[in-house]
Amino acid sequence: MARLFYPGCALEQSGRPYEVSALAVARALGLGLPELEDWSCCGATAYMGTHEVWALALAARNLALAEAAGADELVTACSGCFVVLNKADKYLASQPQLARTVNEALAAGGLTYHGGVRVRHLLDVIVNGVRPEAINAQMKTSLAGLKVAPYYGCQIGRPFDDFDDAEYPTSLDGLLEAVEAEVVPFPLKSRCCGGMLMSTAADVAVKLTYNILECADRAGAQCIATTCPLCTVNLEGYRQHVARAYGKSYSHIPVLAFTQLLAVALGLPRQETGVDMGLVPAEPVLAAYL
Amino acid sequence: MAEHARASSRQLADEFMEAVLHLPDGDKVKQCIQCGTCSGSCPTSYAMDYTPREIIAALRSGMLDRVLGSNTMWMCSSCYGCTVRCPAGIKLTDVMYQLKSLAMKHGRYPKGVTTPALQQAFVAEVESHGRNSEVGLMRRFFTSTNPLNGLRNLPLAWQMYRRGRLSLKASRLSDEGRRQLKAIADKARGG
Repeated sequence: MARLFYPGCALEQSGRPYEVSALAVARALGLGLPELEDWSCCGATAYMGTHEVWALALAARNLALAEAAGADELVTACSGCFVVLNKADKYLASQPQLARTVNEALAAGGLTYHGGVRVRHLLDVIVNGVRPEAINAQMKTSLAGLKVAPYYGCQIGRPFDDFDDAEYPTSLDGLLEAVEAEVVPFPLKSRCCGGMLMSTAADVAVKLTYNILECADRAGAQCIATTCPLCTVNLEGYRQHVARAYGKSYSHIPVLAFTQLLAVALGLPRQETGVDMGLVPAEPVLAAYL
Repeated sequence: MAEHARASSRQLADEFMEAVLHLPDGDKVKQCIQCGTCSGSCPTSYAMDYTPREIIAALRSGMLDRVLGSNTMWMCSSCYGCTVRCPAGIKLTDVMYQLKSLAMKHGRYPKGVTTPALQQAFVAEVESHGRNSEVGLMRRFFTSTNPLNGLRNLPLAWQMYRRGRLSLKASRLSDEGRRQLKAIADKARGG
């Protein structure tokens, strides 16, 4: 099994705490995740809304590079990259005409994609590859007593993969329970955070993030665990906007990538957990575990 | 702006149907039963001029003028909730992408809609680095829409910078990688 890692643009910028902890956790769990060399942007929603074939070709360049490098799996920690790369793979496999058109474009860069790479989210690889029992066996610090709202966001479960349920996913719940955290019931776990609407229709996106924060607060959560760097920024970076519109800033609820909580539970060095890089301080909630 | 004379609603409808039929399950648009599951599932339909259900009805009636004059597709956040639930198997998120592409190509979208500017800024970033610099994207976007909004976001940028989460220097591909990417993009756009 040859796996390559696709960081994506957000992970190595605003998503640094997620990237740092994801790579540290992968090392600790013995998951080899070398980076795909010379990867390019997945295209995200911006390309899909500009020109479909161009968007698919941009995503497929990464799949073709991974395939040429001998990888069976391309792993990403970003749900936005995950849905786009996976969509390209699935659409090219199901539409021969589309595959021909995209491959003609790839050929202009000396590449071809034959469909031999499986796109996976890091959460899937950890839950279904490493498995929660193995993580429990490696646990150094129990997260017992920590109430966590598991926020999957929308794109991780939809609609091109079935490693978890599209409506009410549970894989992250099980993973957090494996390190003995208390997972609170969280009905909005797969509801959208607003995504890029935060830049183009802020009122709408602020309302969506408010719904999620309020739901987590009512459930008694002390922190929110995420699986996507974009959701993370939307949930932690616009608290003042939420406060202006709805009168609450939820400053007692930090947002952490799920790998940050795993890094804490695995007893990794503090700088590898990224817990000091959050916009809402996690120290008050995590002090007992660090 | 529009490359040709202003296309009629019927011409736009034909262009839309041709594009959507190239996609997996594109023909399912014809099988909509108008149940409204999409609109009920959509987290942003409350802010749309027409709900997703109404958009499908309008598309099938060839009312592309009204569709492109609405804010609906620009309120779609790509959460795929409708696509997952549609009992007729319509990939509504793809329908919204096709409508955005059509509107961008013909320069037909309501005043005040800024998503096309964001998409153009995004494409420009990727064309220059092969990757998307968050700082570069926001700079381009706010410069072309509302620089004042850019200033309002400076506190967030500062917070990010202090925590090592803002890169002033764009991460980029090798020169060879960027040449390759450009060749692929040129062919994909033309083909």
